[in-house]
Amino acid sequence: MKLGRVIGRVVCTKKVDSFEGLKLLLVQPVDENRNPQGDALVAVDTIQSGPGELVYYETSKEAGRVLETTMNPADAAIMGIVDELFIDKSL
Amino acid sequence: MKLGKVIGNVVSTISVEAYKSRKILVVQPIDPTGKASGKSVLAIDAVQAGVGDIVLTLEEGNSARQIINEPGAGTVKHVVAGIVDSVNLK
Repeated sequence: MKLGRVIGRVVCTKKVDSFEGLKLLLVQPVDENRNPQGDALVAVDTIQSGPGELVYYETSKEAGRVLETTMNPADAAIMGIVDELFIDKSL
Repeated sequence: MKLGKVIGNVVSTISVEAYKSRKILVVQPIDPTGKASGKSVLAIDAVQAGVGDIVLTLEEGNSARQIINEPGAGTVKHVVAGIVDSVNLK
């Protein structure tokens, strides 16, 4: 599970059916100091994360299960919004 | 599983089901001598680990779900599964 910042939204009209109705957000992974780390990715959002928000996301099959009822083919999904991030710099 | 050091935590009130009322730790992977090696990850705490603890981080969904077996746990993959007392290098 990684930290990321929501930097945009992706709209696809032509997509596989099982993506229907799912919100796709563009997420820039960040490290524990909130610095960008690695390439941006597209993640399914089911908790109404907003642009600019710090979130955490999970990848692979776990992402496909964010909808309680149906599986979705996504391989990355936002799992929660960060209210506070505490890092002990002395460690 | 990987050796890591807990360097922080995340407070989050809005999340998917399985992450609610769970402590989320920020873990820096370390090599056997304790030096940081690799990128930090977030993991759900299952052993009341705290910042500064050396821990075992598990990164596989099925294993995670043996530890966190509740509704919605299908979305869990990273879990802190143990607090390390000592590492004896032969």
